[in-house]
Amino acid sequence: MKQGSRFWAWLVFGVGTTYFILPLLATFEFSLRKRRGEYSFDAYRTVFGDPNFQATFTYSVIVAVFTILLGVLLVVPTAYWIRLRLPHLRPVVEFITLLPLVIPAIVIVFGYIRMFGSNSALPFLATARGADALLVIGYAVLALPYMYRAVDTGLRTIDVRTLTEAAQILGAGWTTIIARIILPNVLIAVLSGAFLSFAIVIGEFTMASLLNRPAFGPYLQNIGANSAYEPSALALISFAITWGCMSLIQILSRFAPRSANRPN
Amino acid sequence: MADSTVSQTASVSPDVPEIGRLRLPLHWLGVAPFFVFALLFLILPTVGLIAGAFKNAAGDYTLDNIIALSQPKLAAAYWVSIQISFVSAILGALIGLAMAVAVVRGGLPSWLRSATLTFSGVASNFAGVPLAFSFIATLGRLGVATILLRDIFGINIYSLGFSIFSFWGLILTYLYFQIPLMIVIITPAVDGLKKEWGEAAATLGATNWQYWRMVVIPVLWPSFLGTTVLLFANAFGAVATAYALTGPSLNIVPIQLFAQIRGDVLYNPNLGYALAFGMIVITGLANLFYILFQRRAERWLR
Repeated sequence: MKQGSRFWAWLVFGVGTTYFILPLLATFEFSLRKRRGEYSFDAYRTVFGDPNFQATFTYSVIVAVFTILLGVLLVVPTAYWIRLRLPHLRPVVEFITLLPLVIPAIVIVFGYIRMFGSNSALPFLATARGADALLVIGYAVLALPYMYRAVDTGLRTIDVRTLTEAAQILGAGWTTIIARIILPNVLIAVLSGAFLSFAIVIGEFTMASLLNRPAFGPYLQNIGANSAYEPSALALISFAITWGCMSLIQILSRFAPRSANRPN
Repeated sequence: MADSTVSQTASVSPDVPEIGRLRLPLHWLGVAPFFVFALLFLILPTVGLIAGAFKNAAGDYTLDNIIALSQPKLAAAYWVSIQISFVSAILGALIGLAMAVAVVRGGLPSWLRSATLTFSGVASNFAGVPLAFSFIATLGRLGVATILLRDIFGINIYSLGFSIFSFWGLILTYLYFQIPLMIVIITPAVDGLKKEWGEAAATLGATNWQYWRMVVIPVLWPSFLGTTVLLFANAFGAVATAYALTGPSLNIVPIQLFAQIRGDVLYNPNLGYALAFGMIVITGLANLFYILFQRRAERWLR
């Protein structure tokens, strides 16, 4: 019986692995075929040399950085405060942070277009800067479930109450407590949330496209519709970025504290 | 600041203790930015859409938009979307579970387990446009696997009716993020199967099949169902992968909605709101079931 189950385990694992590795290998092979008759990195050269690639990628990186900043500013004080003072609100906040997983991104952005148009009370979409800001906000919403989960897990491993009281006795105000006591203590958790946000945001298509922003996602889609080998190169570059973000999270998690001295 | 805090609390009901009374507004101030943000950029836009689904162009309340969802093209879009999400969720859940069981319980080397989990974390986030590119390069008309199958095995999958731009092509592509998501979520539940249960079953003379039928399947069942509906919602809301793969031609709800927002193809924005409302209802129901199943599943994970 033991031998049989091991055989099945290897079989399932082998078939699964083939399914997951094959597209990556095939994409790589395809991306090398740009030059007729021989393998070359021409497709990558074209992609990296494309000014549109540089512009859209830079744009998306900047948007991602602002998304992360907004997410941290929003989530860290809230999660801290919920833990410290308003534990009875925790289910409400958790429910809200899970809503972006329930409401599809396309619906959220549709709501934005309807609510923040040029003639509305908050005309985000009247200017390009406003639309950029709205994209950052939308991405912060998409990343909210991951950011909140990461930060809340981080807060669980430190003794929030004692740290706060100690800081207060030493005369620290709330800003100091959050920025210089709490944030450094949950920094690893925050960074995990940040890299996950980055991975989600960097190639996002739906929101960027519907808000007409010159982001990396719509650029990818456009390239896919218009050329043959570059999309494969771009797919592998995107995969490498996602992989990089996830690896960084894994490495960071090794430095994370395992548990608090006193559960709170 | 302190003064205004005190004066604002004067009207608080007397059963609040002294300290709490002084701090109450400050309590709320701490979470106010979050709630304002959530209200403004998550709840109000969504509620606005839902309300719009029940209004006509003049702003009067009506059910016409909801009824209009039953016109053949939109009803077909919902039906195809539900089918694609359902099939990709069931297949993703079964294959993901099989892989999780193989990795956790199958006696494979332990480094394979962590490698699989890491890869699953990456692949479950590798959706959207690049994923579509990968599958076109693999199974498109000139894809590497298509050519290999044709030249080496003599099987021309395109002449057999397969296309990466079709129903099954889309499902094959969706599985690339559905299976890893299943693995990530179900592995803790498979871990929760205690060794003692297997030993107890063996002591009582159970066969391997009886152990699976009477212990493993009942224990994993709620987690399995819960994650399956989550995968369903995951596929139902996906736009980018399908759009990059098939363009605006495929008749599924997210793509219909995308086209509607882009170019107002339905000539009636309120019908677009109804389309969005239908999506929220379906993904909302799926998530409700997920929460219910998950609550049941947690009993075994303590």
